[in-house]
Amino acid sequence: MQSVTANLALLGRSVLDRVAAIGRAGMVLMQAVIARPDPLTSFPLLVRQLYSVGVLSMVIIIVSGLFIGMVLALQGYTILVDYGTEQAVGQMVALSLVRELAPVVTALLFAGRAGSALTAEIGLMKTTEQLSSMEMIGVDPLRRIIAPRFWAGLICLPILTMIFSAVGIWGGMLVGVDWLGIYEGSFWANMQNSVDFFDDVLNGLIKSLVFGVVVTWVAVFQGYDSVPTSEGISQATTKTVVYSSLAVLGLDFILTALMFGDL
Amino acid sequence: MDFFDDIIIDIKQLTFSRGDRYIFKNMDIRIPRGKVTGIMGPSGTGKTTLLRVIGGQLKPDSGSVLLDGDDIPHLGRKELFNVREKMGMLFQSGALFTDMSVFENVAFPLRVHTKLPEDMIRDIVLMKLQAVGLRGASELMPSELSGGMGRRVALARAISLDPALVMYDEPFTGQDPIAMGVLVNLIKMLNQALGHSSIIVSHDIKETLSIADYIYIIADAGVIAHGTPAQLEQNDSAQVQQFMKGLPDGPVPFHFPANNYETDLMEGR
Amino acid sequence: MRNRGIELGVGVFMLVGMLSLAMLAISVSGLTLAKQEGSYKIYARFENAGGLTARSKVTMSGVAIGKVTNISIDRQKLMALVEMEINADVDYLTSDSSASILTAGLLGEKYVGITTGAADDEILKEGDFIEDTQSSLVLEELIGKFLFNQASE
Repeated sequence: MQSVTANLALLGRSVLDRVAAIGRAGMVLMQAVIARPDPLTSFPLLVRQLYSVGVLSMVIIIVSGLFIGMVLALQGYTILVDYGTEQAVGQMVALSLVRELAPVVTALLFAGRAGSALTAEIGLMKTTEQLSSMEMIGVDPLRRIIAPRFWAGLICLPILTMIFSAVGIWGGMLVGVDWLGIYEGSFWANMQNSVDFFDDVLNGLIKSLVFGVVVTWVAVFQGYDSVPTSEGISQATTKTVVYSSLAVLGLDFILTALMFGDL
Repeated sequence: MDFFDDIIIDIKQLTFSRGDRYIFKNMDIRIPRGKVTGIMGPSGTGKTTLLRVIGGQLKPDSGSVLLDGDDIPHLGRKELFNVREKMGMLFQSGALFTDMSVFENVAFPLRVHTKLPEDMIRDIVLMKLQAVGLRGASELMPSELSGGMGRRVALARAISLDPALVMYDEPFTGQDPIAMGVLVNLIKMLNQALGHSSIIVSHDIKETLSIADYIYIIADAGVIAHGTPAQLEQNDSAQVQQFMKGLPDGPVPFHFPANNYETDLMEGR
Repeated sequence: MRNRGIELGVGVFMLVGMLSLAMLAISVSGLTLAKQEGSYKIYARFENAGGLTARSKVTMSGVAIGKVTNISIDRQKLMALVEMEINADVDYLTSDSSASILTAGLLGEKYVGITTGAADDEILKEGDFIEDTQSSLVLEELIGKFLFNQASE
């Protein structure tokens, strides 16, 4: 009897802990977004974060985009050639990239590359008391450390997604046209006929914007909320990758259902 | 008690708890102005917590912390921001901002709190770095410094606004003998030269005794002894003597509370 | 000078991003800037609109002039009612135009093909109906007919 109540209490406590963590995360988000940035000091900070979050993720995005586009074209070709519709490879590559694969894969790679780095960096700042000392000097670390990183993630992910799509489609063309010999004109024409800028490209971008918010939010919060020890940082980094990947995949389903569900 | 004619910090009836455990219970501490005050005690007695309460980073359950009449736990954000201008804090790990050079680290508080022109900031930073003997290192990044040098840079940053109060959190921990000697001298010298008040939180008895004018020993959620170093040497409380002499056994037992040793051993059969 | 490198890097990053967007817009989705002055809606009833979906093309002589926006059942006539959005600059569809559901290739997508008639004076406007329609070619029916003819010969 006693163990039942004890277990119940334990369960209740862990639920309460989670709810409290969500509450803290919400507060961090609020303060990072609301924090009125001082344009003079915060612009260089933002540029620096754009560099470490965006520019440094570019190589992995370009390489993966290229290969995914090439694989899509190859797989699509082997199936479509049976029906004599291999010129639809372009359409297939473009639609699956623009609507689905580019936002999702970019967000997952971004969580692994930039998200984990953000968490580790902020966690390390916390462990080495940099956040505390900033507070003692009279600067709010949410404003100075968290806010620029959050905005940088938000800006970078859609850009990376576009690069991923473009490179992937180019890779698909490389395989489809140059290697498998699909007629280039029909490759592009099929693509242009079926891809709509607003319905497909912009919806993909909206997806990636949502993913950008989620992944960066999870990353900065896990860093900010980490236990200030080396063990705590490694746990927080793992959590960032796991939580943000799950959130991206779950949200992707919801967004897809909302955007393309009625087609 | 001529020390306490002029006090900079007056802590009254401070109570702070974490969960069910009291870190401090109705504790009174007064910090004299212009002196070096040591706060000592075994690990885990909340010495660092005390500094954070003074700095306004943690809020106590009750009690007041008066800094020149401002009750720190009850200040609003804005006032706290202004009060912190009067405080410098040297963190245990140095806490230099790793993405800025030594120069920018020391200039940071100046840029935040003042609107001085760039050449004046440069002069002040170089003066502070000169005081800690690291003017030559101003263009290095924190990762290029040794631990002792990092702490000296952090000290230069802590005094860059000429604060009235400088707090040192375990300044001697993990330093080699030379760096330790340098820091001890530096703290003493800066205190005299700049006329600020210093609080040193430490459990390095020898070093702290050598520079502190007045010492509080805290344990068991309160102050167990206070006085000048000479007075404390004479203190005959067993707890104080154990701490001052570093004896392995005494009121703070060597053994963690356990069952009877013999019965524990026999149980295995 | 480290800052300069960072700024350059971010600049390149932004430029590549914009170029990608431009490529997605122009060569992938075929977006052109000089259009979208508006559109008008016309309707057509088909016996069978099988395979046609919203967003299917509407063409005239093989040139896209609009798209299908909605497909529903006309409850009175029990036929498929197809709503089409025609670009506003296509202002020469006569009232006796005919619409047929065509297939791109043997198995390709369905689209609506419109052929204008001879009544020059009456032009289709917002909300008008195309009366002359020809339904989807349903492959199964076609094969059925073919087999039936073969058998009767």
